[in-house]
Amino acid sequence: MRGFTSLSAQAVSLLQDNIDTDQLLPKQFLNAIDRIGFGQHLFHDWRYLDDKEAVLNPDFVLNKPEHQGAEILLSGANFGCGSSREHAPWALADYGFKVIIAESFADIFYANCVNNQMLLITLPAEQIKKLSDIIATKPDSLFHIDLERELLTVAAIGIGFSIEPLVKQNLLLGLDRIGLTLTVQDAISAYEKRIPRFMRGE
Amino acid sequence: MAKTLYDKLWDAHLVTEIDGDGLLYIDRHLAHEVTSPQAFAGLRQHGRRVRCPEKTIATMDHSISTRSFDIDACGPQNALQLKTLVKNCNDNNIMLFPVGDSRQGIVHVMGPEQGLIWPGMTVVCGDSHTATHGALGTLAFGIGTSDVEHVFATQTLRQSKAKNLRVELSGRLAAGVSAKDIILAVIAKLTSAGATGYVIEYAGDTLQHLSMAARMTICNMSIEAGAKAGMMAPDQVTFDYLRDKPFAPKGDAWQQALDYWQTLYSDADAHFDKTIRIDVAALAPQVTWGTNPGQVMAIDGAVPDPASFSDAKQRAAASNALHYVGLKQGMRAGDIAISHVFIGSCTNSRIEDLREAAAIAVKGRVASTVKAIVVPGSMAVKKQAEAEGLHQIFLNAGFEWRLPGCSMCLGMNDDTLQPHDRCASTSNRNFEGRQGRGSFTHLVSPATAAASALTGTLCDVRTL
Repeated sequence: MRGFTSLSAQAVSLLQDNIDTDQLLPKQFLNAIDRIGFGQHLFHDWRYLDDKEAVLNPDFVLNKPEHQGAEILLSGANFGCGSSREHAPWALADYGFKVIIAESFADIFYANCVNNQMLLITLPAEQIKKLSDIIATKPDSLFHIDLERELLTVAAIGIGFSIEPLVKQNLLLGLDRIGLTLTVQDAISAYEKRIPRFMRGE
Repeated sequence: MAKTLYDKLWDAHLVTEIDGDGLLYIDRHLAHEVTSPQAFAGLRQHGRRVRCPEKTIATMDHSISTRSFDIDACGPQNALQLKTLVKNCNDNNIMLFPVGDSRQGIVHVMGPEQGLIWPGMTVVCGDSHTATHGALGTLAFGIGTSDVEHVFATQTLRQSKAKNLRVELSGRLAAGVSAKDIILAVIAKLTSAGATGYVIEYAGDTLQHLSMAARMTICNMSIEAGAKAGMMAPDQVTFDYLRDKPFAPKGDAWQQALDYWQTLYSDADAHFDKTIRIDVAALAPQVTWGTNPGQVMAIDGAVPDPASFSDAKQRAAASNALHYVGLKQGMRAGDIAISHVFIGSCTNSRIEDLREAAAIAVKGRVASTVKAIVVPGSMAVKKQAEAEGLHQIFLNAGFEWRLPGCSMCLGMNDDTLQPHDRCASTSNRNFEGRQGRGSFTHLVSPATAAASALTGTLCDVRTL
């Protein structure tokens, strides 16, 4: 897996609370058996006026010409709530988003993003508003994100963020989390021997 | 040190720590067609095997037809996903209850009713409503597909410990009010993100009067308040429910298990990071008016004025929601006309739910303006309901009686709504477009759903 160290990219702002994974990727796209191609369907109901995805909704922020190529998404509180569908982060990543900055994230969504090498940054509402204002003034503002230093800079503003050490390490090194757990197989086997017979559920 | 139930389950499953993360052993893994194919593919890609095939049980529920047992009934892409599950389960020696099997059902209905879920277990599934199983005194939570793969490969998950939240329920429910109304009131109080970072333990004297089905309804929707999991200490109701279920422990093992299960409760002086209390005796039937499950009103109440929210963000959310659902502040619930009723889902499709709905359905006929479907949660529920004649009550009243599956809760099959359809639904999410693009969902109890089908409007079942 690739690691994540830093990023310089445009950001786009969708300041709304409780953006759920049904909005990120509606159910009709969940019947796939692979992980590819979901980006086209990201925000389907908001992004397209028709079900066949032929007619873009010109009012939706991701469709504005000035926001094409954005790799950072700004949003409100409880981003990614609802369904555990990992198809939602797959869609965000496939669309091109590498970093999401929000006031807070839903638990399962957060874990899913970590497993997909996406960086989620939590910032207070007022800072997100400030960043959003920068985008409104100058949509092509370049956001620089330095994961090692936990620092976001844009338009001469520097904002520190904090990220769990484990998540950071995982991102920086692009670790294979299953591979890592398999290095402690002996401990798992030892645990299995300790499970009382009546609780083995076999 | 005094421990909460969650602390006890955490400690009992801690294999080791990896860089500060807990590595938790997973006793039971439930799988279905939608969130597993990429996990199996990942195993193949890395040359890994399923560590404990006997600890995973699979079923088909999300993308199947409720009109036919034919797995091709919902189109080639759904069929491919279902056939992929069959192949993956065969290749990996995983027990599968496919469409048509007498044990098939919605994963969170099937698991407990087959006796696969025991107090004290850790239970995971690639589905956010896995907290359902917490009703049996388990630590149960939903995971994404990468973690499904992690469980297949290692039978463990890396987790950081959540905080403890106690929801204390007191009093007995009034007639016409049910577990669904309790959990909607809880979510309204917590808000849709209020329990993020917490595991909820439901406690209080109310619980002793609630069936396992009612308890599962409550735990099921813990995620709608953002909680990692929801759980309840097991008691005699739990043990009586589980005894003699097909996969429950038998003989000596049952007695040994029972001795252990009786230690699974929060110590009297255990620390909770947060506690909320609700007196359920005063509760009216509840209904959601907006686009998240925390936007709830009493059935005899009115749609709130966004300006009445002191918090600016809640005000904006309310305003957006009302715009989407096409309702105006001050509208009485009873004046809101509906076009559809859905009775089903992992929240409310158990036999007790269907009995509650049938007890109302028997009083009249589905309004001519309403299309109403009843989707039992499992083949076992369907069989039991038919043995009791409930299906006949529904059919006589003008409801459709369908085959088990997730159905219109999320509409991965052909049970979907059209734009501007308005549904009284016993499911768990009223997100924009959840049941079909441009449609509106009002979450209610089975009794409220049945009553609303008869009157054609959101209906206070106490007035029927």
